[in-house]
Amino acid sequence: MRAAFLAFAVAVAAPAFADSSLPPSYWANRQLPDERQEAKAQALMAELRCLVCQGQSIADSDAELAGDMRDLVRRRIAAGENPEQIRGWLVDRYGSWVSYRPTSEPSAWPLWAAPIVLIGLGGLLAMKRLKGRAQ
Amino acid sequence: MSRSLRYLPVLVVLILIAAFVWRLANPPDSTVPSRMVGRPVPTFQLAAAAPSALGFTSADLATGKPRLLNLFASWCVPCIAEAPVLDELKGRGVQIDGIAIRDRPEDVATFLERNGNPFQRIGSDPTSRVQIALGTAGVPESFVVDGRGVIRHQHIGPIEPADIPRILAEMEKAR
Repeated sequence: MRAAFLAFAVAVAAPAFADSSLPPSYWANRQLPDERQEAKAQALMAELRCLVCQGQSIADSDAELAGDMRDLVRRRIAAGENPEQIRGWLVDRYGSWVSYRPTSEPSAWPLWAAPIVLIGLGGLLAMKRLKGRAQ
Repeated sequence: MSRSLRYLPVLVVLILIAAFVWRLANPPDSTVPSRMVGRPVPTFQLAAAAPSALGFTSADLATGKPRLLNLFASWCVPCIAEAPVLDELKGRGVQIDGIAIRDRPEDVATFLERNGNPFQRIGSDPTSRVQIALGTAGVPESFVVDGRGVIRHQHIGPIEPADIPRILAEMEKAR
């Protein structure tokens, strides 16, 4: 009975999972005073995936973990770290999945090859058609 | 267009529909496994999460014996369901330490009072710093850490009664 109730409670409460009673971290929703640093932070945050609402970047997400990740990014940028170091640190923990920027890993090769292949195919098609018309 | 190609669009649509049906029937796994498994626990130093608790540093995880590291929070409903299972594991001799994510001392104290306290140490991680360093995406999550402080196993989500044998086996393997 207790287990059933708990299961029910878990199911009903699911949408409220990510709400603690603490306020957002200091730099979660605050811009860095240095404009150039803030611009760097913004660019990186737009390319990092929120781990809670997995289709959004941490720049767009309201999830608390995303806020804490923004805080982490801004703190590290303010401390003079470069954005690629921070991205690398996160990829090292969550895998390349956490970054939206395609990597040069073999799994991403089809992605890089796609435009070349498509342009090639389009060229072939156009050539065939133009030849046919000329005759 | 040649005759044989006439039905190609229909075929493409059918393949697409088949792909959608397959994905709907087998939703992708949305859990994010940590890359930290097999590597040492990141260095951390956390204040006690509740007035009655002991503070917690990464050095406390390298004591020569495997330990279970549990990330929880007083605001996390599945953590309530997990609490009796952690008690059961403690009863079977598993040493458990906790990290309370984004929590207030008084809330953690109330949580422990209501749901029991299987933890030897409980650190407070108010800005998810250690959670991110561990590569976890939510609460509850647990790690089996061996005696040298190396992460051996990650359990995502609440440990349910059915998971007990697996956790015990991983603890044994980490010995």
